[in-house]
Amino acid sequence: MTDERILTCEHVIVDYDGFKALNNCTFSVRYNELRVVIGPNGAGKTTLLDVICGKTAPTSGTVRFGQGINLVGKNAEDITKLGVGRKFQAPSIYSNLTVWQNLDLSVKRASTGVFPTLVGRSTPAERAKISEALETIGLTAHAHDRAGSLSHGQKQWLEIGMVILQEPALLLVDEPVAGMSDKETEQTGHLLKTLSAKQAIVVIEHDMDFVRQIATIVTVLAEGTVICEGTVEQVQADEHVREIYLGRAKVAH
Amino acid sequence: MPEPAPTTQTSRETLSFFVAGLFFLVVLPALNLLPAEDAWFHVSDFRLNQFGKFLAFAILALGLDLIWGYCGVLSLGQGVFFGFGAYCMGMYLALQIGSESVYGSELPDFMVWTQVQELPLFWYPFKSFWGGLIGAILVPVLFALVFGFLSFRSRIKGVYFAILTQALAFAAWLVFNRNETRLGGTNGLTDFKQLLGFRLSDPGTQRGLYLITVLALGAAYLLCRYIVASRAGKVLIAIRDSESRVTFSGYTPWTYKLFVFIVAAGLAGLAGMLYVPQVGIITPAQIGVLPSLEVVIWVAVGGRGTLIGAIIGAVAVNYGRSVLTNYFPEAWPFILGGLFVVVVTLFPDGLVGLLRRLTTRTPPTAPGLPAEGRPAA
Repeated sequence: MTDERILTCEHVIVDYDGFKALNNCTFSVRYNELRVVIGPNGAGKTTLLDVICGKTAPTSGTVRFGQGINLVGKNAEDITKLGVGRKFQAPSIYSNLTVWQNLDLSVKRASTGVFPTLVGRSTPAERAKISEALETIGLTAHAHDRAGSLSHGQKQWLEIGMVILQEPALLLVDEPVAGMSDKETEQTGHLLKTLSAKQAIVVIEHDMDFVRQIATIVTVLAEGTVICEGTVEQVQADEHVREIYLGRAKVAH
Repeated sequence: MPEPAPTTQTSRETLSFFVAGLFFLVVLPALNLLPAEDAWFHVSDFRLNQFGKFLAFAILALGLDLIWGYCGVLSLGQGVFFGFGAYCMGMYLALQIGSESVYGSELPDFMVWTQVQELPLFWYPFKSFWGGLIGAILVPVLFALVFGFLSFRSRIKGVYFAILTQALAFAAWLVFNRNETRLGGTNGLTDFKQLLGFRLSDPGTQRGLYLITVLALGAAYLLCRYIVASRAGKVLIAIRDSESRVTFSGYTPWTYKLFVFIVAAGLAGLAGMLYVPQVGIITPAQIGVLPSLEVVIWVAVGGRGTLIGAIIGAVAVNYGRSVLTNYFPEAWPFILGGLFVVVVTLFPDGLVGLLRRLTTRTPPTAPGLPAEGRPAA
């Protein structure tokens, strides 16, 4: 079983001056799995992604990637190069570059040092990859538009395109459909399902309709720890989960 | 799908490059040499020399534009690197004065009146022209390497970096003002006589220096253009737009910042080196906080994030100063400050952005400013 897993987080604790954003969190993902992580606000979902991609250092615990590489203590650039891609919650793209240039900068290359980048030109193979990514994210018609001029949904897709060009083995996606129209949400669902054929994906999401559309297995996080894992139906039927969500709902009303 | 074809914008920049090259390299010197001195289109030796100075400033502005306009890192210490270049060339020129000096000593005058008996060791390399020439580039480059390495690697960013470089400018000003620095103190280095045997007072020498400055500016422009057109140039813009994304695309932003900071310092040194023989004096007043800030204003006025904008800004603001200080000498600082405020609030893309807005219907697409900085079109 263990060798089938691309990602294993064990007993991860992130302690912000006494507030435990992640509290003994244990979580694992198999190869080519599309996993959805849900949970109320403040459950530690984004922190979990931050720990995996090296943005936040955990107070303790281990994060093993692939065949036992420990990601804890590595910096974000190195983790990216190992094959973990991160799509941020707010679209994080280069607004003053064109869509094409955004993608071109994101293509996985042997060296990202200043001098190779200064003299390097895109190879035909790289251009083909960029065209393919444009096709996948549906932005071919916008290839030469300034990225800042895209709609919110298109920006999110562009960022997904940028991340997949890094050819990650594991893709971390933080609330991709927040602020999207229904149609865009559905297209994003298709996109993620297509992508999961090639790589493992962890998606954080709030929108339960969307979760139902894409998820096979759902992990529920609350107060920094995994409280339940299973199919959408199993999770929705779980007493503990209902309690957390209903409890929240009561407060909200 | 092929890579994006060069846009009309880049071909327009190529055209302007050749037109400007023709103008500064052929037309201006011809108008200086050929017409009778009283003809209305005659360009006086004084004017030509003045343009030589402005074009040297344009090289300085190009460097700041690379680091600030493209990469979004505001450096308020470019005057320091300019000063390093200027002083290196100035030291060579001061040693060329020889027995023509006021006291007839082989030592520069200021050393005589500050009772320096023999040439300080660090002056020795500047006995040779090559020492001055190489030093003028190498000293700022090495200094930028160390200063940039220490600050960028420690992830010092944004306003903190700006403050740090301003402190650097102030510190340099203090150090260069001291007589103990053996660089002429407040009076700086001046009263130069000759450069490689050419008399600096000769209009022919000044014309030659002017032409060298034009060529140096052309070369500096082409270098910057190569950088911004390369993928590394796109990384610079990407760093300005979203530094964290750059990190998660596998690049190391601080190494790019360091690179461009060093290039900017080298260009500033080159500018200082060309400035000194044309102006004939370098003092600490040229390298402190205020001159460093002024470079920022040139670039902002011309249009940051466009190379041509940096050049236009440097020439236009300095030309404006030379004209306006004739009429309102006291008002210049207020005009300059007012200009900066107007540009930043109303024309964030500067003169170049304004021209683009007038000549095209589409909103500016230059990598000029973060989109949110622009007023709605």
